[in-house]
Amino acid sequence: MNSGGVSLWPELLESLGQTLQMVVVTLLVGGFAGLLLGLALYTTRQGNLFANRPVNAVLNVLVNIVRPIPFIIFITGILPLTIAVTGASYGTNAVIFPMTIMATFGTSRIVEQNLVALDPGVVEAARAMGAGPLRIIATVVVPEALGPLILGYTFLFVAIVDMSAMAGAVAGGGLGDFAIVYGYQRFNYVATWTAVAVIVVVVQIAQLVGNLLARRVLRR
Amino acid sequence: MTSTTATATPMVRLRDVSKVYEGRSGTVRAVDGVSLDIARGEVFGIIGYSGAGKSTLVRLINALESPTGGEVVVDGTTLTGLPERGLRPARAGIGFIFQQFNLLRSRTVAGNVAYPLKVAGWPKAKRLARVAELLEFVGLSDKARQYPDQLSGGQKQRVGIARALATSPALLLADEATSALDPETTRDVLDLLRRINLELGVTIVVITHEMSVVSYLCHRVAVMEHGKVVEAGDVYDVFARPQREVTRRFVGTALHDRPSPDVVARLRRRHPGRIVTVAVREDETTGGVPVTALLRQHGVDGTVVFGGITEVGSRPLGSLTYELVGADADVDAVVAELARRTEVVLHDEGPTAGTGGGAHEGVTA
Ligand SMILES: Nc1ncnc2c1ncn2[C@@H]1O[C@H](COP(=O)(O)OP(=O)(O)O)[C@@H](O)[C@H]1O
Ligand SMILES: [Mg+2]
Repeated sequence: MNSGGVSLWPELLESLGQTLQMVVVTLLVGGFAGLLLGLALYTTRQGNLFANRPVNAVLNVLVNIVRPIPFIIFITGILPLTIAVTGASYGTNAVIFPMTIMATFGTSRIVEQNLVALDPGVVEAARAMGAGPLRIIATVVVPEALGPLILGYTFLFVAIVDMSAMAGAVAGGGLGDFAIVYGYQRFNYVATWTAVAVIVVVVQIAQLVGNLLARRVLRR
Repeated sequence: MTSTTATATPMVRLRDVSKVYEGRSGTVRAVDGVSLDIARGEVFGIIGYSGAGKSTLVRLINALESPTGGEVVVDGTTLTGLPERGLRPARAGIGFIFQQFNLLRSRTVAGNVAYPLKVAGWPKAKRLARVAELLEFVGLSDKARQYPDQLSGGQKQRVGIARALATSPALLLADEATSALDPETTRDVLDLLRRINLELGVTIVVITHEMSVVSYLCHRVAVMEHGKVVEAGDVYDVFARPQREVTRRFVGTALHDRPSPDVVARLRRRHPGRIVTVAVREDETTGGVPVTALLRQHGVDGTVVFGGITEVGSRPLGSLTYELVGADADVDAVVAELARRTEVVLHDEGPTAGTGGGAHEGVTA
């Protein structure tokens, strides 16, 4: 894979590194914040541990407003905030900020959906044994839903890789940027499809690991 | 007696307890002015059809719900009005077993039994010893490292029971604990509950819609309907002399001993004599009814054509339906003698008798 006689492999490798950095940081930070937001959505539902109709309604509206915004528009829309927080408007670090926010809201729904499917009987049993709500969340709600949650986070990983490609194209860095700069702009289809192949491999590995973990947790 | 010792106060005292749910479809009085005392060491049954308010009542006893009216006192502690944090130790001191077992699927059998001990802050070594002891008690020592998914329904409920007993509660609440089990497993679990009552002295409240559970296990029973306790007392008394239609229905469906009107019609087609149902009871006032002796004495032939007898609290309860054949006056005399001793139902319209009308005419002793 060359461009004007120069090998593109070092660039590709660097782009992969940037993509992985964006994805991992977003997954960790956004995934954790999303878990908290998802738990808030779940526990404030009617009849649940912290049942609170107004709070639940506000959270729902918030999530519903942010989630449907197309990511590429979201990045440009919150650019001033990104600059204020990260001090940069361009580059991997600057892009991680909007990615994390979007991932937080996306994760919250995935988490909420998996927790709603949980049998309320086990929460009831823990309450009957005198456990407080925070202990119930940490020792019953999350562990009991862990299998589906892992699959949910695997799904999230793929969505974040997708986001990172878009983010990279707009604000620099990563495999998306590589595909545009060295592939699209130079009519180099080999470069484009090589980037695609690398992304596919990354996604495949993530899905494999997720399935493996989930199967271990679910013991089947 | 005016003793003020702990044993004199009831384990559970409910005073005019109500629970009203305000729903979109209006107000539901799930529990409506219930007053009950449940004594220490007894097995108390609460029986009622679905929606009667049994689960709500039992959830009020262990403070999973707070009443909208009245007062709940458990083991001398008034739960009503306590803040949520104050209720947690109270709940931890009451064992609860569920119809659907509600075991944690992510934990092993041992992990499930250890959970309430963790909540109670037991150190690990003590926990392990206690879990081993409990699994031994319920006969599941070999399953300690298995997961709930690998167990049968009866085994799951044993784990649920071991878990409920972990912190040595003085009170155990069982909400339809055997309703998801087959009859044989049900018997095993009921035997285990009986053992818990006898060997450990634990007071047990059994919620059920099955009379057989109450008959087998309970000392006293309360019958619930529309959120109210409509009848309560000694199990044998309540079932032998039901005062309410609901109670009669429970007894009837459990025993199938009384012929329904169409059964009577069919019987009559085949049996020309007088058809009479005689209650079989054994309470303090009456011994057995000497039917054979009466028949012999009056020269009347009696054939058993229908009936059913079961054991309630180790005493027989049911009825037998006879066809009586003999001279009119003799049959009348036998019926009168029987009616003096027990409840008798005449299914008239026999060829000779002329009281006519409905299929059932009760003559109670
Ligand atoms: N959380 C609740 N909200 C509204 N209504 C309820 C709630 N829990 C129970 N009920 C109503 O209260 C009544 C009694 O229910 P329950 O105590 O579960 O009866 P049972 O256990 O005897 O079948 C039913 O009509 C039920 O619909
Ligand atoms: Mg119920």
